[in-house]
Amino acid sequence: MSPEGAPQMQDTIAARPENLISGATGDWEVVVGLEVHAQVASCSKLFSGAATEFGAAPNSQVSLVDAAMPGMLPVVNHECIAQAVRTGLGLKAQINRTSVFARKNYFYPDLPQGYQISQFDQPIVGEGEVILDLADGGTATIGIERLHLEQDAGKSLHDQHPDYSFVDLNRSGVALMEIVSKPDIRSAEQARAYVTKLRAILRAIGTCDGNMDEGSMRADVNVSVRHPGAPYGTRCEIKNVNSIRFIGEAIRAEAQRQIDVLEDGGTIQQQTRLFDPDTGETRAMRSKEEAHDYRYFPCPDLLPITFSQAFVDELAAALPELPDDRKARLISECKLSRYDAEVLVADKETADYFEVVAKGRDPKLAVNWVMGELSAAFNRMDIGIADSPVSAEHLGELIDLVSDGTLSNRLAKDVFEVMLKDGRSPAAIVEEQGLKQVSDSGAIESIIDDIIAGNPKQVAQVKAKPKAIGWFVGQVMQKTGGKANPAVVNEILAKKLDLGEG
Amino acid sequence: MHVDNDTVRKIARLARVRVTDDEASALQGELTNILQWVEQLDEVNTDGVEPMTSVVAMDTPERVDEVNDGGMADTIVANAPVREDHYFAVPKVVE
Repeated sequence: MSPEGAPQMQDTIAARPENLISGATGDWEVVVGLEVHAQVASCSKLFSGAATEFGAAPNSQVSLVDAAMPGMLPVVNHECIAQAVRTGLGLKAQINRTSVFARKNYFYPDLPQGYQISQFDQPIVGEGEVILDLADGGTATIGIERLHLEQDAGKSLHDQHPDYSFVDLNRSGVALMEIVSKPDIRSAEQARAYVTKLRAILRAIGTCDGNMDEGSMRADVNVSVRHPGAPYGTRCEIKNVNSIRFIGEAIRAEAQRQIDVLEDGGTIQQQTRLFDPDTGETRAMRSKEEAHDYRYFPCPDLLPITFSQAFVDELAAALPELPDDRKARLISECKLSRYDAEVLVADKETADYFEVVAKGRDPKLAVNWVMGELSAAFNRMDIGIADSPVSAEHLGELIDLVSDGTLSNRLAKDVFEVMLKDGRSPAAIVEEQGLKQVSDSGAIESIIDDIIAGNPKQVAQVKAKPKAIGWFVGQVMQKTGGKANPAVVNEILAKKLDLGEG
Repeated sequence: MHVDNDTVRKIARLARVRVTDDEASALQGELTNILQWVEQLDEVNTDGVEPMTSVVAMDTPERVDEVNDGGMADTIVANAPVREDHYFAVPKVVE
């Protein structure tokens, strides 16, 4: 939640025709701002030494600080501060060398303190930006309003018992970065692209694992609609959307709902809503009176967080390559297309894998394998690159075997399938299964001679219709178990059948 | 600043404190007195003075990022009026 009463920023973004939604009273433009909660990658919590690992037994990763036992005092985790600064650097943002933790007061069973330690008017990171690559080849710059550190709450389980909700405090006190965008997003697609890009940046610099299934990233989505050029409309906030796909769906549904209300002569109530993925609709949360009166005040248990410019410089110097920089490098060094480079850098592990495969090899072959066969196999097996049975080194060796003529492309695909199954090196598989491509023209010639001698009818046909050469190639492949080098086969066939150049 | 009955009611509700009508009218006076007492500080000119955040000049103590706490679910839920499988069990809250 960004501080209330923040001045409404002047809108300088021109409406794009492709983003407009047509309605009975003319075109509408949707205006979106996102508050993304990203779990800081750290071993221990923001203010305690309890572990942050996902999926532990209930209340097993809870210190007395996280359970808000009387007299317990928070002590800030240095690494969480460093991670927030790194993220700020990744967002090209203002780093605030003095920031203040504040208490945000509200009551909920999974918030044992009765307040969340957050940051209010003095966040650790100020204004920055994220650049989106649009489908039409252009870019859109989405402003970052701020990034602040805060504690996560515990987790409530409502479906375990008919009369009780169960509370697990393992998440309580885990460090989150709340990254607040400016209302610069103008479509569901842009919102998806923004979260995808943000996630890629966080993963590239290692400050959040970006695992949305485990709740490491979730978003509150602010949506309003207006006629192009009109002032901002009244917004609704859709809470806790936990996948990139749902963010897009929620925006589309909420924008349409607001348009319908306005076109029926109604007005939009500012409210908090929930997105239901099953119905594809948003619904109002039971709005509690004064639910937003959080009575922020500086946390008396904590001094302001201060650090030197030298600390910032040190983190900046050690910052891993950012996705945009990597994309530019892949395009210039490896001559990849913009599209290929974008797909690769969207996921750090995929880009890392690609770079190992491409090292010392033709990057175009590498990208074809990584984004073609490999990616298709992962989709089929429903796994991610981290679980790849084929190491990048082995895939590189496979490409070498094609380049040096040991394997045809077809054989390489067969070998690749075996590699997927047992993870062995391609050389070992080729050796064991005798898959080596036959490029020895003497051996191929004698096979071709036999085929020509035994099939006079086809020979006659191919003289009239040179394209029928495919039948001969097929015969050779059949006789050699697919191991004949197709280039050599075509060359000899053309010569023997007297077809000239192809 | 004068604290009226509505303000007392609002603060009580936000703090989840039940107050009777008698208490509320007494609290109006008490809270008004406290605020007026503190308001005397407004007479001091603090232009250009940094807010004092601590009586001793010191940097924030920080922890290194290591796991050295937790692993005591029994203790954590020991005082819970109702618990099950190391969960706190609370009256059902559903949104």
